[in-house]
Amino acid sequence: MASSITPPNTYEPAGGPGPFPSVGARTRALFPSGFGDWVFKYSTLLFAIGIAGLVVAIIVSMAQNSTLSVAKFGWSFLTNTTWDPVHEQFGAAAFTYGTVVSSVLALLFAVPVSLGIAVFLVEQAPRRLSYPVSFLIQLLAAIPSVVYGMWGIFVLAPLLRTYVYPPIQSALGFLPIFQGPTNGLGLMTAGLILAVMIVPIVTAVSTDVLRAVPDTQREAAFAMGATKWETTQVVLGAARSGISGAVILGLGRAIGETMAVTMVIGNRPEISEHLFGPSYTISAAIANEFTEATSELYRHSLVELGLILFIITFVINVLARLLVWTVTRGQGSARA
Amino acid sequence: MSRMPSVFRVLLPLALLSCTGLILAGCKDASSNNSGASEVRLQGAGATFPNPLYQKWFSEYNKLHSNAKFDYQSIGSGGGIKQISSNTVDFAGSDATMTDQQLQEAPAELLHIPSVLGAVVMTYNIPTLSGTSLKFSGDTISGIYLGNIKKWNDPKLVADNPGVNLPAADITVVSRSDGSGTTAIFTDYLSKVSPEWKDKVGAGTSVKWPVGLSAKGSEGVTGQVKQSPNSIGYVELIYAEQNKLPYADVKNAAGQFVRPSIQTVTNAAAGSASSIPADLRVSITNAPGTDAYPISTFTYFLVYKDQKDQAKGKALVDFLWWATHDGQKMAPDLIYAPLPAEVVQKDEEKIRSITYQGSPLYKG
Amino acid sequence: MAVSGSAEFPVLTADFNLRRRKLKSRVMTGLTMACAVLLIGILLAILLYISATGIRQLSLGFLVNNPKPVGESGSGIANAIVGTFILIAIATVIGLPVGIMAGIYLSEFASSKFGRVVRFLIDTLTGVPSIVVGVFAWTVIVHPMGHFSALAGGVGLAIIMMPIVARTTEEMIKLVPHSLREASLALGAPVWRMSLGVVLRTAAAGVATGAMLAIARIAGETAPLLFTALSYNYMSTDINQPIASLTYQIYYYAGSPYEEWHSMAWAATLVLVGMILVINVAVLSVVRRRA
Repeated sequence: MASSITPPNTYEPAGGPGPFPSVGARTRALFPSGFGDWVFKYSTLLFAIGIAGLVVAIIVSMAQNSTLSVAKFGWSFLTNTTWDPVHEQFGAAAFTYGTVVSSVLALLFAVPVSLGIAVFLVEQAPRRLSYPVSFLIQLLAAIPSVVYGMWGIFVLAPLLRTYVYPPIQSALGFLPIFQGPTNGLGLMTAGLILAVMIVPIVTAVSTDVLRAVPDTQREAAFAMGATKWETTQVVLGAARSGISGAVILGLGRAIGETMAVTMVIGNRPEISEHLFGPSYTISAAIANEFTEATSELYRHSLVELGLILFIITFVINVLARLLVWTVTRGQGSARA
Repeated sequence: MSRMPSVFRVLLPLALLSCTGLILAGCKDASSNNSGASEVRLQGAGATFPNPLYQKWFSEYNKLHSNAKFDYQSIGSGGGIKQISSNTVDFAGSDATMTDQQLQEAPAELLHIPSVLGAVVMTYNIPTLSGTSLKFSGDTISGIYLGNIKKWNDPKLVADNPGVNLPAADITVVSRSDGSGTTAIFTDYLSKVSPEWKDKVGAGTSVKWPVGLSAKGSEGVTGQVKQSPNSIGYVELIYAEQNKLPYADVKNAAGQFVRPSIQTVTNAAAGSASSIPADLRVSITNAPGTDAYPISTFTYFLVYKDQKDQAKGKALVDFLWWATHDGQKMAPDLIYAPLPAEVVQKDEEKIRSITYQGSPLYKG
Repeated sequence: MAVSGSAEFPVLTADFNLRRRKLKSRVMTGLTMACAVLLIGILLAILLYISATGIRQLSLGFLVNNPKPVGESGSGIANAIVGTFILIAIATVIGLPVGIMAGIYLSEFASSKFGRVVRFLIDTLTGVPSIVVGVFAWTVIVHPMGHFSALAGGVGLAIIMMPIVARTTEEMIKLVPHSLREASLALGAPVWRMSLGVVLRTAAAGVATGAMLAIARIAGETAPLLFTALSYNYMSTDINQPIASLTYQIYYYAGSPYEEWHSMAWAATLVLVGMILVINVAVLSVVRRRA
């Protein structure tokens, strides 16, 4: 979204965003009320560390509960596509593939639509329309994932199987990703359901972020003769950091979703380039098999799958941050 | 107060409300402990399959003995085994029997007490054949699920179904994705009738399916079979009945094609009664008997032999006795097969062996 | 896009592709409206689907009775409604303050390196599957306690809630203009007063949105409850014992063989969505009045 209309960066203090260069210096400078500030700073720090500590605790707990499979399979666990509980052969490759592809598909569908809606609500719709509409969209977030799954099986999958996949397959069937079985349950369907599930959160946060971009930005762009869309591009550019936060929240939901995904993805642990065919994700596998895992090795393998999911989340988060940092470099965030 | 940020204005009443609610809840807990009435509360969890019947049993039993409150939640057989082994529930339900290793890992001796019987049926959806009942054998079922039999008009299927016009369509094979007792029974049966299956896939609550796709839960399998033309799946009898799906007759060990029904399932249990081991852990798939349905299963209550709480233990044994006797009458209405007399007898012995500090709890 | 003038102050030449730019603008406006319509359409489709089967089970009896065995009439979800309310209350009491305070820390105080690590870890928590949270809560609370409880369920839900609230709070607070901060500090307010009284108050609408999203999310979760609060077939407000919940009932009824229970699942979904709607309206109307 290249925009040649970027306001000059005169608003940011040289040290970057944040109220003061150093909290310690500031507290000392305000010594008379220093104690209250000290309490405030450290209690908020406590809570932040609390949450971070929880993550560490979960990882440690999972590491303790996956020692057997790590010991037995080592690195081959990551590349093996076999998942055979009876013969106790476990490998994560198929699930990793399914998780990454379904999440990427979900983002591909959800982010443009969410941003479109956010732009519509903030830039174009009259006020009286935008609040009820954004409220309705948040309602989508309240629907339990089980219900999304049932809707997927009974409404979406048959619809796709009958009206959507066959035409795509006949038109674009020369591409391997569109070949293969089309009975409705598969990666694409899962990606679509996930997209519907993450649109509310991405939209809601993006809407708030866009609303907070000061009108001076818009006015400046209009004053220079920009069309409505070009102004919107400016606003989007200003809101990039917040939008990336929204996308990360949405991605988190997509990766961790269990119920809805397992009902529509076909649950077949194999890597296949056919997007319409069945697949399997890590969360779905854990949800399906954890309570019934009969042996310790089985259970440890499932927990190891969970650890791999953590790693996937880490990696995607790092990549998302790198992307945001590269793209926002040189473009200041707009704050008066 | 008026200078408080609006966020606080919302949070404060919310917090006060929640705290009040929590304090009240806490008080209630304290008072109910000192109520003096001998209300006993027992928590169970486990197998999904018998849950509708268990709910009926607990409700009826509570009408007869108002001080005994049983609660059971279906989290799956494996969940039940794990929870009872961790002592977080008072009793568990399981379709699958515990393995020797699981029994060893439990903190104390656990008893298996068969409660009722069920059947896994082969359901299918062939649009051109609505209204016709198909016949399968162990051979054909394992062939389909192994991927050896790919089309409906395969010679083996045609041979078992004379006069039926099977279409030349690919079979869509549907299995269960979540670990379940149903899968365990089904694969146990296939392992007994097909050496190739036993070797290649084996039996368990979760297996590596050679072909097809998997749906979550029996409800998922039912839904998928209903939606996909020319598909086949395995579900408990009640799912096929309630959803009005056709199900097939299956050839049993005696070579007869048997229709799954309450009677034929009880026959399967009766047929294997003589070979039931002392701890009552038995597989009755492919049971002997001319009129026995081959894919049948017991479902069990799992209880500790030595109870830690006298009141709870007494309530438990009284209920177990009632369930295995009077409770059986309610089974057929909900399409569960009652226990045959031989098994009820064995249950009685087991129930009498449950003790509290050495002395048996059941007195009757 | 053709520009003339210096790089710092680009001036768009009037006629050259004005018509094209205007067309592009109109097309994009249409597209964004289409997005909104598409999503509302999907929402309506889902709600219609739920109502079609669920409406006939929705009655006063349904809302005030407890569940009964299959075949008996007069079954209801009263205990599940109370249970969900209690679980949300516990989760909110634990998760909301922690999340908001953590969000304040991240946006106001975090110096780059340490803050980035903490933020990173909190982001990761948003991606943890709810079932993993459930198992963790089982290991840490249920197993040591020796029984399932509503408290464990609330804690599990709070763990899911915290990172969402923290991140949205942080994003919303970052959007508050510096001039407000500087003005309040110039007037002599201590930092905590500035953060809570000025900044948080300005960002209140956004923070409330984040809180609402988080509450809606946890209200729809089933997997963590399977391992913590389990369920209970009678009415109970005891937080030290298993408790019923709407999501669990929906999950259980939807997966059962009985048509009657299926429509009860859908009716329960309508009740759940209605509950969230009411909470949403209540909180947003209070917060928006200030905005």
